[in-house]
Amino acid sequence: MYYIDLAVTGVSIGCMYAMMAVGLTLVYGLLRILHVAHAAVFALGAYVVVLVANATGSLAVGFLAAIVVTPLFGMAIYRLLYEPLLKYRPDVPMIASVGLLVLMQDAFRILFGEQGVTFRSAFAFTTYNFAGITVSAVQIAIVVTAAVVFAGLHLFTTHTRIGIGWRATVSRPLIAASFGIDPIQVRYLNFAIGSALTAVAGGLVALLNNLVDPGIGFVVSYKALAIIVLGGLGSVRGTLVASLVLGLVEAYGTIFIGAWLDRDAIAFLALIILLMARPQGFTGARTA
Amino acid sequence: MSAYEISIVSVVGINVILAVSLNMISGFCGQISLGHGAFFGAGAYAAALAMVGVGSVALAICVAIVAASLLGIVVGFASLRVRTDFLAVTTIGVNFLFIGFVRKQAWLGGEMGISNVPATGLGGAGNMIMILLFACATIGLSFYISRSWMGFAFRAVGEDEGAAATLGINSGAYKLAAFGIGTALAGLAGALYTFFTQFITADAFDFIFSVMLMAMVVIGGIGSTWGVVVAAVGLTLLPEAIRFVNDYRLLVFGGLLVLVIRIAPGGLAAMTRGALLHVRRT
Repeated sequence: MYYIDLAVTGVSIGCMYAMMAVGLTLVYGLLRILHVAHAAVFALGAYVVVLVANATGSLAVGFLAAIVVTPLFGMAIYRLLYEPLLKYRPDVPMIASVGLLVLMQDAFRILFGEQGVTFRSAFAFTTYNFAGITVSAVQIAIVVTAAVVFAGLHLFTTHTRIGIGWRATVSRPLIAASFGIDPIQVRYLNFAIGSALTAVAGGLVALLNNLVDPGIGFVVSYKALAIIVLGGLGSVRGTLVASLVLGLVEAYGTIFIGAWLDRDAIAFLALIILLMARPQGFTGARTA
Repeated sequence: MSAYEISIVSVVGINVILAVSLNMISGFCGQISLGHGAFFGAGAYAAALAMVGVGSVALAICVAIVAASLLGIVVGFASLRVRTDFLAVTTIGVNFLFIGFVRKQAWLGGEMGISNVPATGLGGAGNMIMILLFACATIGLSFYISRSWMGFAFRAVGEDEGAAATLGINSGAYKLAAFGIGTALAGLAGALYTFFTQFITADAFDFIFSVMLMAMVVIGGIGSTWGVVVAAVGLTLLPEAIRFVNDYRLLVFGGLLVLVIRIAPGGLAAMTRGALLHVRRT
């Protein structure tokens, strides 16, 4: 039963990684920027969910507020930080992004305290028992949300004009532009959707741990970098698979190799091995 | 000098060595490394083991340099495989891996680190003078390399590998050389840090520290030895001088890093050069 419990943990964490990483892989696909500060958006989302939910007493309002606030923040990052830096080598915006993440993390610490914030009242911390397997309501919520989000994203990008234009811009920016799609609007859309998704992931992690501390986005951010590389940069499907695999490997890795390596280092070991062996990623489909 | 002043000057000297050595890799040769803390740590742990085991300062320094530069050359091979931002991601990974590995090793003290490292016998002031001498030597070496053929080759590789290759420059060899020399100096800094604190834990060499070092290099002006030295001294003293900065250290460092990249990508060095040109013209 212990092994099945680990699988439950692994899948739910993997779904969380996927919602976090998909925004990152889309930004890379569009702009060739490793958007490390995506983790700051993740943390912002988590804080907004907790603070608004505590103030209003409604979790739904909390998530809604996060979905409204973080896209604005994500678009501001693009406009104020990345757009002027696109003319430089790709490591320049990346270092700026790391700087922004470090800055934001310290700002969260200063504003909301070292200890972080918790939900005022216990929201749905019930656990269910299915034939000896413990599953918390939050874990179910994470998996269901991820499924709904990715199904919705799939429908959006295959059945709406905006979604198709978005995909067209990612794969062939010039041809898409010649068909009348404004690439700048696509970039804003991209940051808006990616930020909203990561904010939802942040809010769910806040629920899972009943805690948001300044470091919440820190390790996740670099892990997400590992995930998008493993998933073959720019590929949403690859990112999904890589997220689930990493979630499971971490869950089991804790008991098998936890004695000589930190859990958090597993992703980086996989990242380095993969980058050295196959710099083009698992799928090899580095979009044009 | 008071014990406080001695410790501040020692830390300044160590940070100068680290920033100048990172500048050789990332500034001269254009290979962005966000994992310099791992090499610093490798040197510090090697020196600590040598001091505990044998107790010879000279041996500890040699062991630290060898350990860090070996690790550095191994990571340098990554720079032959991946470029720019992906090299940066790889070095971040190396930093996390280093911390994740060291924390779980009983022979390295695990989470508790290595304490009670034997003293060098030079005393606080003697240590400080040794650190300053090594810092001066590092700065001198940096100037020497910058003006040598090797420095020219580093810059050529950093600017444009393809163009460098047409000049007959073996870019791979020079990248490995940059990593080897830069990380050897980081190892030296690690040994000096161990002598200074006599107590090390993995947390001192984490990724955030690597980011601070990169902030020093970028704010000083990537590629400029003087700029980087000034930034390393300034950014180390700033939190000591201003209470506010000490409390909000990462906010200030991160903010400066973003501002400099966004507004003045050449850092202090380019700003000074621009100001001098302006003065001469008027």
